[in-house]
Amino acid sequence: MAKRTIIPFGPQHPVLPEPVHLDLVIEDETVVEAIPSIGFIHRGLEKLVEKRDYTQMVYVIERICGICSFGHGWGAAASIEGAMNVKVPERAEYLRTILHELSRLHSHLLWLGLLADAFGFESLFNHCWRVRETILDILEKTTGGRVIFSICKVGGLNKDIDNDTLKEIVETLKELKPQIKELTDVFLEDDSVKNRMVGVGVLTKADAEALCAVGPVARGSGVFQDMRMTNSHGVYDKLDFEPVIETAGDCYARCKVRIGEVFQSIELITKAVGQIPDGPVSVAVKGNVEGEYITRMEQPRGEAFYYAKGANSKFLQRMRVRTPTNMNIPALVKTLEGCDLADVPILILTIDPCISCTER
Amino acid sequence: MSERVDVKQNFTPVEVSQLLTKVKNLKSDGYRFAQACATVVDDKIEIIYSFDKAHQLTNLRLVISPEEEVESITGDYWPAFIYENEMHDLFGVKFIHMALDYQGNFFKVSEPTPWSPKK
Repeated sequence: MAKRTIIPFGPQHPVLPEPVHLDLVIEDETVVEAIPSIGFIHRGLEKLVEKRDYTQMVYVIERICGICSFGHGWGAAASIEGAMNVKVPERAEYLRTILHELSRLHSHLLWLGLLADAFGFESLFNHCWRVRETILDILEKTTGGRVIFSICKVGGLNKDIDNDTLKEIVETLKELKPQIKELTDVFLEDDSVKNRMVGVGVLTKADAEALCAVGPVARGSGVFQDMRMTNSHGVYDKLDFEPVIETAGDCYARCKVRIGEVFQSIELITKAVGQIPDGPVSVAVKGNVEGEYITRMEQPRGEAFYYAKGANSKFLQRMRVRTPTNMNIPALVKTLEGCDLADVPILILTIDPCISCTER
Repeated sequence: MSERVDVKQNFTPVEVSQLLTKVKNLKSDGYRFAQACATVVDDKIEIIYSFDKAHQLTNLRLVISPEEEVESITGDYWPAFIYENEMHDLFGVKFIHMALDYQGNFFKVSEPTPWSPKK
């Protein structure tokens, strides 16, 4: 019987941009068990409900993460709007959908770059992030921020994006599409890339369901789950949205789902710009929050959960955020069992972990 | 095109003694565990357990005193260990029979149970 060794992986590791720790129990070169530890940088942002009123909490929650910041702000605002029975103008819902899909685009391009970096394909990493810069430029031009936008508020948006700018965005994305296709073809067709991903880290549909996986991790295992299928946020019901599903359950399938979603986001933005009505982008919101409401958003990494509870005060009793990475850690632990030690970085990356979100 | 799901808000009160039975029923009905979170309400702790089936959400509301022990649901939903350890470390909720118990070391907090109603 091979000797068992425990390798501490993280919290500081070249493949991990943020601290998470895994105790990897290995026999020879095979991982037989993985025990996760988080909590190294827990910030306790939810506790700020005691000191920041409900309008300010939207900006606090947005700062949970620098990648899916817009979605966090939107999720917090939507849960408060739900508890206060606020009806947001349709134009604002369209604009929120457009900004959310732009966030998904830059998040997935960032992830593709990190994946390329993890298997040593530096030039591919550079090109993914070069293309991503164009999306960040769009966000800066329209919201004023590249990371934190602070455009979402309770009742709608802080400012409008005019129709000419929206058409420019569509034109820019149209020009970007062949460049992205060229890059994603490398991920899908290059033998050296496929060798690292095909058949590696298989998560079956049954395991994905049992381990409550969310987002591209679940969809890469054939689970029909995407919060954009609900009426909880955005105008996805008007955009003929259907989730991208793959069935193989391996790293390649998870990568394929995200690549599919990159092109899908471009299509959704194009459709939304074609349909967006004129009108106001916010309504005045007065009074305090009384009651509770849950909103679930489909963030780039999967289902995120926002629970607002108020007791007729300007301060909420609770603002709970459950981020997708929380839900995908059990699936990660499962896929690590039986994998080669050399594949651990790729496996960690294919759940697209966001520790900043997890340590909100 | 697939049909949109009109998500309803529902919160079903549940007693500590009924929790496991209710959770087992949801599990056998094919529900996915979505999250659990604690809220301090006066001197009590309110725990919301959320479950999803076909994009529809069902929530159980459990109200306990800070000293009360709660049976872990990790026997039915193993991924709940993350939320139970979180509630233990931040709010001081005492879970029993947890499948994976970090013994208060899940979060590296500078003081124990910082969000407990006793603080």
